[in-house]
Amino acid sequence: MQSLTNRATPVDRRPMTFAEKLYLPAIAKGMGITLKHLFKKKATVNYPEETRPFSPVFRGLHILNRDEEGRERCTACGLCAVACPAEAITMEAAERLPGEEHLYREEKYAARYEINMLRCIFCGFCEEACPKQAVYMSETFAPANYQRKGFIYGKDDMLIPHPQKQIKENNQ
Amino acid sequence: MEFTIDWYFLIEKLLLISAVLGISLVVAMYSTWGERKVAAWIQDRRGPNRAGPFGLLQPLADGGKLFFKEEIIPAQANRFLFVLGPSLAMFTACLTSAVIPWGDSLTIAGREVSLQIADINIGVLWIMAVVGMGVYGIMIGGWASNNKFSLLAACRGASQVISYELPMGLALIALFMLSGSLSLKDIVEQQRDGLWFVVLQPIGFLIFLICAFAECNRTPFDLPEAENELNGGYHLEYSSMKLGFYLFAEYINMFISSVLMATLYFGGYAFPYMDSLGLDGNMLTILGIVALFLKTFFFIFLFMWVRWTIPRFRYDQLMKLGWKVLIPLALLNMLITGAVVLFRQNGFNF
Repeated sequence: MQSLTNRATPVDRRPMTFAEKLYLPAIAKGMGITLKHLFKKKATVNYPEETRPFSPVFRGLHILNRDEEGRERCTACGLCAVACPAEAITMEAAERLPGEEHLYREEKYAARYEINMLRCIFCGFCEEACPKQAVYMSETFAPANYQRKGFIYGKDDMLIPHPQKQIKENNQ
Repeated sequence: MEFTIDWYFLIEKLLLISAVLGISLVVAMYSTWGERKVAAWIQDRRGPNRAGPFGLLQPLADGGKLFFKEEIIPAQANRFLFVLGPSLAMFTACLTSAVIPWGDSLTIAGREVSLQIADINIGVLWIMAVVGMGVYGIMIGGWASNNKFSLLAACRGASQVISYELPMGLALIALFMLSGSLSLKDIVEQQRDGLWFVVLQPIGFLIFLICAFAECNRTPFDLPEAENELNGGYHLEYSSMKLGFYLFAEYINMFISSVLMATLYFGGYAFPYMDSLGLDGNMLTILGIVALFLKTFFFIFLFMWVRWTIPRFRYDQLMKLGWKVLIPLALLNMLITGAVVLFRQNGFNF
């Protein structure tokens, strides 16, 4: 039979010599190998304390972005929901009232914006579809929850903190 | 005749017994932690590190978990024997520590306190007898569960322990030919002056080591642990702390056999040049205890090291090794030792 690689070696079928039959040299060799591993660098990452850095193209949980003045960018156009192959995104639009100009960037905004993280396949199409640069995928991942409804992320889970409020709070 | 009770003697022995028991339990407890740490290190992992600093509270957490687990006694089991099994395993495991000399004697307030619970002149025989009783723990456990598989496993375990007790005994006989005494204290004292017996009896030590592994049901002889391929062992039907007792007894056995190996073949509490250090009695004794424990910990580590290196035997291979290799080898070793001792006694010094 033609060998698939050039690394193939024939099996050694010679009968064992006396030293080999004793097994003790082989055992000593094996114990040497395991002893070496005792001092090797551990491959483990201490997960909650240390996290492995992701590549910049990693697509994790979604965030809803704000503009420079802290207003929500999303205008509830629904393009992300249309682009979503898993149909994980639902939203309800509402009209901006007078006096709310500091909250929402455009006349229309998302009163309710939910992503079902159990359905989401993290393809990133929502990010690409968004014309307002409102939805981004972050580098955090894998939420844990005891109930299915805990995986439906609302606006309060995804909206990034208000930049100016955050500064004020930090100064206090 | 006036009959008096030496109260100091009684108190001294009681204290010693409690100390030895406590130490064996703590060492066994932390062997479970050490086992997991060593396993992790060998496999490039970290091991328990969440409960307390370096995971040091892990044994307590494990114990607590075992206590709170549901305790099941099978409906058709013999309830009395079912409870007796693990108790017996634990009992025999603890019993062997009585004849081990943990150190030379301490002088406390003018009294010389020997650090050996009972210096009987048949010390090693006592250990062999008690270890033999350990078979009952295995056999009763398997029988009382009223489960064919655990009965089969118990037969397997019991025959393994019995098979390996023979070469162990034979290896020890060769040692006694050299020492001329069965008292462990005597054996240690002889090694204090002369060579360690491992130098004079390397093959005997190897046989003893292998048999100790088999007696403790440790890898590569850990058939009772082969849950996937052999349906576990004699403790198949056990749950909660009763299972915990069986597993814990294994660790105590491991500790005791490590102490025994250190005592019989590696000089026990004696260490090289101990008498030329010019230290006084108590200090020397304490150093001796430290030496004994260092040797013991090395052997416990060896137990773990081997466990994560060597795969387990098939049952027929295990029996073959015991009967066809170790027993003839032990007999041969005995024969040669006997011949050498005889030649020496008759003035042939070579």
